[in-house]
Amino acid sequence: MLYSSIGYYALILGLGISLILVYFSIKNFQNSSTLNTKILSFTFLQFFLVVISFVSLVISFVLSDFSNETVFNNSHTTKPLFYKIAGTWGNHEGSLLLWLLVLTLFILIFFLKTKNQPLKYKLLTLIFQQIIIIGFFLFLIQTSNPFNFIFPTPEEGMGLNPILQDPALAIHPPILYLGYVGSSIIFSSALAATYLNLVSKVWASHIKKWIIASWVFLTLGILLGSIWAYYELGWGGFWFWDPVENVSLMPWLALTTLLHCIIVLEKKQVLTSWVIILSISTFTLSMCGTFLVRSGILNSVHTFANDPERGLFILVFLFSLIFISLFIFFFFHKSSPNNSNSFFWLSKETSIIINNWFMMYFLSVVLIGTIYPIFLEVLSSQKISVGPPFYHKLIIPFLIPFLMAMAIGPKLKWIKSNIVDKFYLVLFFAISIVLSFLIVKKFSTNLLINTILVSSALYLFFITLRDFFIRKYSNISQNIAHFGFSLLILSILLNNLFSSEIITNLKVGETFTSSKTKIVFKNINQKQEKNYKSIIANFSIENINETIEDLSPELRIYNQPNIVTSEADIKTTLLSDKFIVINIVQNQDYFNVRYQVKPFMLWIWISVILISFGGLLSFFKREHEK
Amino acid sequence: MKNKLLPIFITLIFIIIFIFFYKGLQNTSIYTPQTKISNKIPSFKGDLFYSDETINSSNFFKSEKFYLLNVWSSWCVPCRKEHVLLMDLKEVKKLKVVGINYKDKKINAENFLSELGNPYEKIIFDQEGIIAIEWGAYGVPESFLIKDEVIIKRYIGPLDKKLTEEIKSIIK
Repeated sequence: MLYSSIGYYALILGLGISLILVYFSIKNFQNSSTLNTKILSFTFLQFFLVVISFVSLVISFVLSDFSNETVFNNSHTTKPLFYKIAGTWGNHEGSLLLWLLVLTLFILIFFLKTKNQPLKYKLLTLIFQQIIIIGFFLFLIQTSNPFNFIFPTPEEGMGLNPILQDPALAIHPPILYLGYVGSSIIFSSALAATYLNLVSKVWASHIKKWIIASWVFLTLGILLGSIWAYYELGWGGFWFWDPVENVSLMPWLALTTLLHCIIVLEKKQVLTSWVIILSISTFTLSMCGTFLVRSGILNSVHTFANDPERGLFILVFLFSLIFISLFIFFFFHKSSPNNSNSFFWLSKETSIIINNWFMMYFLSVVLIGTIYPIFLEVLSSQKISVGPPFYHKLIIPFLIPFLMAMAIGPKLKWIKSNIVDKFYLVLFFAISIVLSFLIVKKFSTNLLINTILVSSALYLFFITLRDFFIRKYSNISQNIAHFGFSLLILSILLNNLFSSEIITNLKVGETFTSSKTKIVFKNINQKQEKNYKSIIANFSIENINETIEDLSPELRIYNQPNIVTSEADIKTTLLSDKFIVINIVQNQDYFNVRYQVKPFMLWIWISVILISFGGLLSFFKREHEK
Repeated sequence: MKNKLLPIFITLIFIIIFIFFYKGLQNTSIYTPQTKISNKIPSFKGDLFYSDETINSSNFFKSEKFYLLNVWSSWCVPCRKEHVLLMDLKEVKKLKVVGINYKDKKINAENFLSELGNPYEKIIFDQEGIIAIEWGAYGVPESFLIKDEVIIKRYIGPLDKKLTEEIKSIIK
C-alpha cells in the first residue's frame, strides 16, 4: 500500500517537473547566454523521482504486495526472488516505467556529458526530449498506471507467465530499452540540430557516441531475445520473422545505416538529409514497434493486454512525433549548395551510399511484411500472416551483392580511390567459389543459388580475416564488426543447409529408427519444484558413428498460472547443437518428439557478440585516431 | 523550398497510414486458432504429387464419400508399418484415402510408394511442412477422418488393426 502511494505520487511530481523544465528551457532559450543552473537540478530531480517510483514498484514485487494490481496480475508468493524482481518489467505497466527510467537517465547523462556544443542546441534537445518524456508520463498515469489499488487485497497473485521466467529474458528488456531510448536522444538531438542548422562535422562526431552506444545495446538486446526464443519457445529456431522480432530489427537496420552515414558526415559535409531522416526514423520505428506490439493490433508474445485506449494513445503520440519531425525537416533543413551528391564512383562515400540503399531495401521488406496484414485486414477483413518464405525470397538474392560490396567497400579511400590488392581480391573470390561449391555439392538441392550465396559470404569472411591480420586498413572496430557479420551470414547459411529434423510421436519405451539416427525414449521422471511440477523425459540418441548421447527435455506444469511449458534439452558443441523437445499430445499416451541437429548454432551467437564488440571498440576508441 | 509538393505528398501518406492503423485498432481481436475437435477442415492450397496441378481445400474433399487424410513421409519408420493397413483401407468402398507427403524428398517418396504400393487417391506434396501446420498435425504419421468437409476423428501416431476396424465401423 505505502509503496504504491509513494510510487504513484513520485510519478505525478515527475510529470510536474517536466512541465517546469520545458518552461525554464524555453525562457533560457530565448534570452540568456548562460545555462540556468536550475535546469540541471530539475533534470536530476526528475530522474530521482522516477528512480523512487521504479524502486517502489520493485519493492512491491519483492514483498508480494497484492494490493497493487500490477503485482497481483504478474506475481506469486512461490516465485523465486530473482523472478519477482525481473517480473517488475515483465509486464506492460512495469516495462513502461522502466522505459521512462531510462529516458530520464539518458537526458541527464546527455546534459552532463555534452560540453562543446552550443547552449541553444542543448536546451532544444532537452525540450524535445521532455516532450517524449511527458508523453510517456501521461501514457503511464492515464492508461497504464502500475500502482492501481485492488480492494480487498487478494491473498495470492496470478503469477508471472512461465515462459518469461528465464534469465535471458530478465535482462533482455533492460538492454533492449537502452538501445531504443538511446535512439530517442538521437532523435531529439537531430531535430534540435536541424532547427538550429547545426548538422555538421562537429555535431556528427558528438552524436556518433550516442549512435554507437544505442546500436551496441540494440544488437545485444536482439541477441538475448533470440537466444531466449531458441531454447525456451522450443520451435528449434532463432529467428521466426515474428512481428515482435521484426519491430526490433527495423530500428536496428535504420540505426546501422545511420551509423555508416554519420561516419561520412564526420569527414565531409554530405549526406545530411540521410542522417536527419534516419535519426528520425530510428526512433519512430522503435515507437511504431511499441505501438504494434502493445496495442494488440498484431498478436504476439509481447501483447500483455488488449486495451484499445492504450493503442490509440500511442498511435496519436507516435504520429504527433512524426508530424513534428516532418515539419522541422521540411522547413528548417537547408542542404548547403556545395554538398552535391556527385561523388566519384569509386570511393568510400559511394560504397556507403550503396550500403544505405541495400539497408533501406531490407528495411522496407521487413516493414511491409509486418504491417501489410493490418492494411489487408482493414481493407478486406482477411487475416493473413506473412511467414519466412516471403522474407527469404525477397532478402536472400540481394544479400549476394550486399556481401560483395561489404567486402570491397571498406578498402576504398575517401573521395577518390583505386582498387588495390586486385590480386588478392580475385584469388579469394576464386577460393570462395571452389570451396563453397565443394561444401554445397554434398546437398544436391538448389546447387547454383546456394553456391553463390555461400561463396559471397565466404568471400567477405576471407577478406575481413586477411585485413585483420595485415592491418593495413587500420579500422579495427569496423573490421571486427564486418568479420562478425560475415561469420553470422555464413553460420546461418550452413545452419540452414545442414540442419536435419525428426518429428515423431513416441510412447515411453518406444524407439524411432531412421537411416542415420536411432532415438530411444527410455523413461520419464517426475519432480516437484517450488512453483511447478516437472516431467523429465530421458532419451538416448544413437548416431550413425555409434556415439550415444543422453538428452533430457522437460515439461513444466506451472501452478500459477496453470501453463505447461516445454524446456528443450540442448547439447552444444563447437560444430553443432543437438536439440530435443517434447510436447504433450492431448488425451494420448504419445509424446510429440522433435529432434534436431543444428550445425553452427554457437557461431551465430558468437558472431553477433563479435559484431557488438566491434561497436564497443569503436565507442572506446579515442577521437581522431585514424 | 524548391519543391512544395513533396512535403504535402509525404504528409498525406502518413495521414493515410494513420487512418489504417486507427481502423485496425477498432477491429482488434486476439487471433485464436480454432479448436480442432469436429470442425471444418482448414483451408489450404498445395501442389499435387504426381502432377504440377495446384489444388485448394474447397475442391479436394468434394465427394460424398468419407476421406482418410494421412500425413506420411518416406523417412518415417512407423509409416512403413502403417502402410499395409492403408493399402487395406484403399479397398473399402465408401472411403477415399488421400495423403499429405510431409517434409520429404520427391525421389524417396516415389521409391517408397513403388516399393510398398500407393494407397492414396491423391497426394499433396508438402515439402515445407506448411500444410501440415494448417491441419495442426503433430508429426508423422497422423490421420484425419473426414466427411462433408468436417473432421470426424483424428488419429495421432500410426494406425493399427484395432483402429482400422474402428474406421471401418464408423463408415458403415
